Amino acid sequence: MKTRLLDIDEVCIQVRGSNKSHSHSVLVNSVSCHVNAGEVLAIIGPNGAGKSTLLNAIAGDIAFTGTISIEGVAEQARLRARQIAVLPQLSLLSFPYRVSEVVGLARIPHNTGRQRDDEIVQEALTLMDIGYLSERLYTELSGGEKQRVQLARVFAQIWQKGDAPNGSRLLLLDEPTAALDLGHQKQLMIAIRELAKHGVAVVMVLHDINLAARYADRALAMLCSERLAFGSIKDVINQQNIKSLFEVDVHIAQHPEHDCPVVIGL
Amino acid sequence: MALAFGTVSIPLSDTLWSFLHSVSASESVSRSDLVIQQIRLPRALLAALIGALLGICGATTQGLFRNPLADPSLIGVTAGASAGAALTIFFAASLTSLSGLPGLGLVSIGAFIGGSIAVILVYNLATNTHGTSVATMLLAGIAITALAGSLTNILEFFGDEEMLRRISLWRMGGLDGADYPRVAIAATFGSIILLTLPRFSTALNALLLGESEARHLGLSVQKIKIKLVLLVAAGVGISVALAGTIAFIGLVIPHIIRLLIGPDHRYLLPISALGGAILLLLSDTIARTIVSPIELPVGLVTAIVGAPFFISLLRHRHEFGMR
Repeated sequence: MKTRLLDIDEVCIQVRGSNKSHSHSVLVNSVSCHVNAGEVLAIIGPNGAGKSTLLNAIAGDIAFTGTISIEGVAEQARLRARQIAVLPQLSLLSFPYRVSEVVGLARIPHNTGRQRDDEIVQEALTLMDIGYLSERLYTELSGGEKQRVQLARVFAQIWQKGDAPNGSRLLLLDEPTAALDLGHQKQLMIAIRELAKHGVAVVMVLHDINLAARYADRALAMLCSERLAFGSIKDVINQQNIKSLFEVDVHIAQHPEHDCPVVIGL
Repeated sequence: MALAFGTVSIPLSDTLWSFLHSVSASESVSRSDLVIQQIRLPRALLAALIGALLGICGATTQGLFRNPLADPSLIGVTAGASAGAALTIFFAASLTSLSGLPGLGLVSIGAFIGGSIAVILVYNLATNTHGTSVATMLLAGIAITALAGSLTNILEFFGDEEMLRRISLWRMGGLDGADYPRVAIAATFGSIILLTLPRFSTALNALLLGESEARHLGLSVQKIKIKLVLLVAAGVGISVALAGTIAFIGLVIPHIIRLLIGPDHRYLLPISALGGAILLLLSDTIARTIVSPIELPVGLVTAIVGAPFFISLLRHRHEFGMR
């Protein structure tokens, strides 16, 4: 049996400084879900449903009620950073770092030595197909290239199993495919699956339902701060749920090559 | 070099000779020896120390605000420190004589408190999770500079003649008051700050990514921010207390260094300190000699160099990815 790495139970998040009587100030309303080590969870739902807020709560950035427990994660901030890496929705780095320096920042919490760190940076750059940008200035890159640099950075932060004191690693991604072209979206998803194969639990907010259906193990559908559905891809991604989430009529087909649903807009 | 040039011109070879003399404690004292040992050497030392402090504090502020335009003198820290120092002179003048070491120390502490309040105010006004807005930061700086300036003016208005003379003398600033007690204060506190700030290089590097990103890299961002704010306020406070308002060094130097070696704070901080020392030493030498025997305030020289530089930075800020 796989270990349950992340367990979210009845989590509520409110706008800071508001009291409970205003229902519209609730950003996340008693949401529960879980992810095992080696699994990928996709959070789907319309804009403003509370997906990113929930992700920020898991990352430890905002206050919540309920419990979020992450199995085997250290208390100390520096050790914790070796186990949990977070990709924010937008990154505003406005200083002219070289690409390799940006990715190198990921190794700050580690003490694996300069040489090993440099190797990891190069490997992460290669994984994201930006090895050729290594010496370019970050500020000169296009949006998609910047996104891939940031992805390489969070990958490099939890690159090897030995980085985590007891092997538990968690990757949190907020709309990782937002600025990427079709080819790099696929490449990213394959990289995420590869990490999962090595025991990393991945939670990502995704807008592309078909990417979620194809590459995630589980899905959490959120609507108006609440959990609409949680479970295996086939349970969550069906005609009725998509209709409730996005108010569009769709046809659910079977993927021609893989055992997963494909959502076709009508 | 700075030792050699001045109203009384002394040949370079004599300067070097006299400098060596002072080190080897010679008995014979000529006029040029006196000029160099008692006037120019402390002044050069003070200029170098203050310049180094301003350079490193500028680089740190820019990292902290994640904004290459955040210079202590532009965002109100210098003005806050000035007001703090003026308040100290006003209220403490009756208690102590305010000359010599204890007086200078007291004024430094006042400047430090004023500077801290100003940084905290501007930071909270201008910075949110997405970084610092240039417009809000500069506007907050203007507001604080105006507030601090009027506070100082009110003090001058109500102060007696003796106090007025002290405040206005001190406000004009400049390095002409350089003596060994001032050098001692600058060296003691300055070296603490100059040695402590580089320890935050990695933290500043991570902070450039953003506050939550730095937190996800395992840094206790809040604590680091408080320490940095206090260190910067102390650095600016000391320089204001000892030499008055010297603008733009903290803006010009880190920017040039960043163009040369990139934004990695491990190198940026120490080299900015070095660059600041050189620039202020140079500016002060120019200020002393250009219309000799009259001395210009050194702040005037740095402002003449710095203001056009700042304007060109503002014009080209989009090329540097600033909002």
